[in-house]
Amino acid sequence: MMRFWVRRLCLLPLVVLGVTFLLFFLTQRLSPEMRASLYVKDPRQMGALEEVIREYGLRDNVFKQYARWLGNALRGNLGYSPSANMPVAQAIKEYLPATIQLALVTMLLVVFFGVWLGAASAVHKDKWPDVLARLVSVGGFSLPIFVLGLVLLMVFYGKLHWFSPGAYSIQTDIIIHGAGFKTYTGFLLLDSLLNGQWRVFGDVLNHLVLPAVTLCLGSFALLVRVMRSSMLEALSKDYVRTARAKGLPEYQVVYKHAGKNAMIPVITLAGIQFIRLLGGTVIVETIFDYPGMGRFGVLAAQQLDIAGILGFSLLVAVLFVLGNLLSDLLYTLADPRIRLE
Amino acid sequence: MDKRILKRICKNKTSLAGLILVGFFALIALWAPVLAPAENKNNPYQLPQASYQIEPQAPGTQHWLGTTEQQYDLYYGVVWGTRLAFKIGITVTLLAFLIGLLVGGAAAYFGGKVDETLMRLTDVVFAVPSLVLAMVIAAMLGPDLKNMMIALTAVAWPSYARLVRGDILAVKEQGFITAARTLGAGGGRIFFCHLVPNAIYPCVVVASLDIGYVVLTAASLSFLGLGAQPGTADWGQLIALARNWVLGTAQHPLLYWYTVIVPGGAIFLFVLGWNLLGDAFRDILDPRQV
Repeated sequence: MMRFWVRRLCLLPLVVLGVTFLLFFLTQRLSPEMRASLYVKDPRQMGALEEVIREYGLRDNVFKQYARWLGNALRGNLGYSPSANMPVAQAIKEYLPATIQLALVTMLLVVFFGVWLGAASAVHKDKWPDVLARLVSVGGFSLPIFVLGLVLLMVFYGKLHWFSPGAYSIQTDIIIHGAGFKTYTGFLLLDSLLNGQWRVFGDVLNHLVLPAVTLCLGSFALLVRVMRSSMLEALSKDYVRTARAKGLPEYQVVYKHAGKNAMIPVITLAGIQFIRLLGGTVIVETIFDYPGMGRFGVLAAQQLDIAGILGFSLLVAVLFVLGNLLSDLLYTLADPRIRLE
Repeated sequence: MDKRILKRICKNKTSLAGLILVGFFALIALWAPVLAPAENKNNPYQLPQASYQIEPQAPGTQHWLGTTEQQYDLYYGVVWGTRLAFKIGITVTLLAFLIGLLVGGAAAYFGGKVDETLMRLTDVVFAVPSLVLAMVIAAMLGPDLKNMMIALTAVAWPSYARLVRGDILAVKEQGFITAARTLGAGGGRIFFCHLVPNAIYPCVVVASLDIGYVVLTAASLSFLGLGAQPGTADWGQLIALARNWVLGTAQHPLLYWYTVIVPGGAIFLFVLGWNLLGDAFRDILDPRQV
């Protein structure tokens, strides 16, 4: 057991290094002139290209360049991102809390409604909640996130004016960038509460609804599916029969006995999905113009902003690898019968 | 395909629906040149442009399903987009499967250091969400159709490598392999004539059912502007063109519904068909099932 964790921990940096090196290697397909020209905005300065190439050693051997990038990255310097118009490290600091906030709200929705629908469909097997759950679980896997996002925008923003895209309204923008508003955590939902600004809190939450509902889609379908089968299995267990036999009311049998046990796989799954959501945010944040890591990554990719792309990939790889490790840990904690070799 | 499997699919209503959907799209893809005759014979995937007017036109007699921004015909786009979806899906899955077969097969056959190295390589690819990795690779290679397929293949092969490795490891231990070895068969012969044919059947099924997922990821890349270029008969690209029109006008907020619903519906039904079929196959292949 101990050996497994030591091995996993040693492999972590290797995997992250592997990803970033592969991507770094790909950037070498672009000529040094091209990579340098990303930083030259004014055509009159094109003469300075050679100087930029020499200063940053863009003609060096790939390993040497990678080592330099890595050395800088370890010191917290990820370079300058032209697409975000700020250093990559600062962009991460600014955008990451917004994405985590979005993922958290999404996960709350997914777990709450997923558990409810999954459990209901197992209890009322082959009745309408079950039919609904099956439709959701098949449809959720098949409907592209960007189609759902655009349809929701059309209906709830265009037609009904209930929610709007972006992260907050102009009024909120004025408040949070004003003198009286203190930034404690970087998470707007939390900061607005700490500042006692209920209007800001409501506004930010309102802007989170559409992206969160859209982002739910895939994870929701999976969670409903898992909860349903897990609940069906739990309901067929002997302890449920015993609970019924000793005359407990049905809701207690279903929620206290079967439900609690059926939740175990769902909780670990939710942990994994939280990290998986990072992939989905790429599209959702682009559609809803939500200023988070996903949109930053897309803009960097579209504009071939190499420092931005590398920084974004590094962050995603680190988060993803840590998340996977954590979910393995969760598995063994939730179910001691599981042994990792 | 096994007759027994076909029978089981037809007996179940949902899997039958999946089969019908996939079959329907396959027919559209096959008959695309008849259903929507190409104007530009050299590149039928290039959408014909009726004019350079920007505003989308509603479905009518001239354009059955309407036109999208810059007068690209949606009917033509959906029909040829189906063909392109099959082309992308089949090419990418096939290539990824072949790479996975070689890598996973080599890992299982040689074992030891080779196994460890190759499997850590798959870990590297798995370390980033596939859409994000494909997006970054496509951006670096330069956005066009061919590079998008390369990027999709690059993120798809590791899962097949793992699958193949597991299956070959299981088959490797069986008696007939030892028998072949005792009869004097060489390494290559054992690998290609004995191991591979006996190990890959489930993987082939799983891989072919991934076509829906590959098409979905491809559409996402095109939507982000990192795949097919504007004017290509690609579903994701068509939806990207709808982005400016989701709000409609002040009087008719849903005026341009068709720009999203037509290509979006096509992707949805296509992927739905493959998913329904996939669920049926997974049930059938699951040995625990009676």
